[in-house]
Amino acid sequence: MFRMLKARIQQGRRTIRVPLEAVELPERFRGRPALDASRCDDGCRACSEACPTQAIAIQPLRVDLGACLFCTACQDACPSDAIRYTTDYRLAARSREALILSEGEYPLAQALDAKMRRLFGRSLKLRQVSAGGCNGCESELVALGNVVFDLSRFGVEFVASPRHADGIVVTGTVTDNMEHALRETYAAVPSPRLVIAVGACAISGGPFAGADASHGGVPRDIPVDLYVPGCPPHPLTILDGLLRMLGRMESGGAREADPPRAS
Amino acid sequence: MVRWVGNGAAVSVSDVPMVSIEDFRETCISTISSGGRLTALTLLGSEARAARDREMIAVLADDARSRIGMVRTPVPESRRYHALSADLPQAQAFEREILEDHGIIPEEHPWPKPLRRHADLEPRGGGEHGAREAHPFFRVEGASVHEVAVGPVHAGIIEPGHFRFQCHGEKVLHLEIQLGYQHRGAEALFLRSKPERRVTIAESIAGDTVIGHALAHAAAMEGLSGAEAPLAAQAIRGIALELERIANHVGDLGALCGDAAYLPGAAWFGRLRGEFLNMLLEITGNRFGRGLVLPGGVRFGADPVRQSGLLERLDRLEVDLDRVSELVFECPSVVSRFEQTGILTREGAEELGVVGPAARASGCDRDVRRDHSSGIYRFAHIPVALQETGDVMARAVLRWTEIQRSIQFVREQLEELKDGPLANPPGPARPNACVASLVEGWRGEIAHWAVTDDAGHLAGYKIVDPSFHNWLALAMVMRDRQISDFPLCNKSFNLSYAGHDL
Repeated sequence: MFRMLKARIQQGRRTIRVPLEAVELPERFRGRPALDASRCDDGCRACSEACPTQAIAIQPLRVDLGACLFCTACQDACPSDAIRYTTDYRLAARSREALILSEGEYPLAQALDAKMRRLFGRSLKLRQVSAGGCNGCESELVALGNVVFDLSRFGVEFVASPRHADGIVVTGTVTDNMEHALRETYAAVPSPRLVIAVGACAISGGPFAGADASHGGVPRDIPVDLYVPGCPPHPLTILDGLLRMLGRMESGGAREADPPRAS
Repeated sequence: MVRWVGNGAAVSVSDVPMVSIEDFRETCISTISSGGRLTALTLLGSEARAARDREMIAVLADDARSRIGMVRTPVPESRRYHALSADLPQAQAFEREILEDHGIIPEEHPWPKPLRRHADLEPRGGGEHGAREAHPFFRVEGASVHEVAVGPVHAGIIEPGHFRFQCHGEKVLHLEIQLGYQHRGAEALFLRSKPERRVTIAESIAGDTVIGHALAHAAAMEGLSGAEAPLAAQAIRGIALELERIANHVGDLGALCGDAAYLPGAAWFGRLRGEFLNMLLEITGNRFGRGLVLPGGVRFGADPVRQSGLLERLDRLEVDLDRVSELVFECPSVVSRFEQTGILTREGAEELGVVGPAARASGCDRDVRRDHSSGIYRFAHIPVALQETGDVMARAVLRWTEIQRSIQFVREQLEELKDGPLANPPGPARPNACVASLVEGWRGEIAHWAVTDDAGHLAGYKIVDPSFHNWLALAMVMRDRQISDFPLCNKSFNLSYAGHDL
């Protein structure tokens, strides 16, 4: 017991502070791309052609973050630095259209309306449905529960039954074999309920867009309340999106400021 | 009657001996009974290329002599043949796959059930989602025998799969694992995609094994075109593959602690797993190493500042890991829960063709990094870790040993990292050639097998994740065990659903 307590002290406090804005990611981290179409040569389509998921449109230059794999192919192909990745991890959006990034500011996810915030703002229970991805997004959702991100301090938890849940978090392309289970799980969550699509697969099919046994993400008739892009998204991208949706960013995320980390 | 080649070396299809189905069967059985393994069994081409659909190829690994053998046979006109699985249990999943995808019937197969395709996929009218037909589950009947069904949507954040336990009281008589929920159609998509996109698909076969699969793909493409990655790139690849191994093994130790209700271990290993993912992030810009490995080399190197930063982190993390693992492996409640639980015997592991830590924990001395060394592993050797008892404890201790050895390897490689070119873009692939590329991923042997057509375009591509060999072993170790042992056994194997389902 004494040794365990000693180890506990040695491990220190690892939980990241809120507000999350203070967190800095390594310089090579690929977050929101910055576009500068004024650098584009006329008729150049190098980035668009290099993109493995056809996420880039030219004239005007736009990137669909819902399909983007953040893979560097466009940046490598561009002869004039018109596309470059920034380390900004804040990518989540409330609608599919809002994921289309163009030049200028990328609006961050808006909060739910007052009624929904009253219901879910301080306590949100989610059921995760893994529906044909690769286990990358799932791994980052699991990581949200570790001592670094500590999702439960915000009142957000993953629960074991859809009957206990306020919403579902969908990952994966939604395969033929998982569509039925996804629909059943969604139907089992009492209304009002939220649907959160995490990762490029769940939003657009991602690397598997067009694959024979997949559907290209959450079916259209299931309304999605929050889209979290990435392949997979960094845990901070998911956390930021959740907190913005719940209207928790104005107050700095938590009800009170956390003390600084010890290490 | 077998054409032997080295790992990642291309061979002309015409040089692979074509033998009768009887000789093919005999060759596979005799090679495996003298210490070989079945790495892949597949048709020579995809369904779309009908001409090649008439040939079957076996890829055999001879670990002791560091060579990979290939032999092929024409598929009989009747599209029926005497199943290899009848004498060779390790062929069972491959033959079910061929049956399901191509309708070629392995007669006397002991378990010819659907592998990935579900009954409700067949077009049949009626109902909102079509009428569903039940999977032919094995059932035990009798007084007080009952059935427990779990999944495909699980209680935690886990990939989808369905587990059907036949129980008598708490005792599991039989466990059947139905997979296929993650089946996206990866191989077919892979074949029809342009080379740049194939890289991202390879990285997404199993999202926790990004480096492993990307490396197997890159090595196959390099083999077909005769290109070789520069030395600096090979070192970076090795560093990334070992960081991937460490991160996953550490995560598994944490998950095992969680299932033995030792929460300090779960919390601390869980945090430390993230620290290793963050080292990959530092090098590659992604926590899983996406974007790093390309055919011909790597995209990112490590400058001296990054190098020393990473070395410093490695030292710090090693101390933290030491402290946690000491506590865990000396905690009586953890040890008593791990020991004698979920025993996979050496004979069982060999018969089923189990790979990776699950095999080594049962005393099977096999590791691609040594047996079929390629890339940096030709110059820097990692001693193979072995355990004998084959229980959860053995699989946990084995992971801990591998973590320590991989840390040592990463440290040496980081210290010696030299500047230099990072990629030699591969040229066109050889026409009518095939190649088998093996990589020791953190779960075990990853095999990618590719064949080209007359123009040098890919005509067939087979991906074998280590989980494909190992899932049946998990079901077998549950026999006659308490059903409450399942989570612990499952974590101790930690197999990939996506990698199996493709």
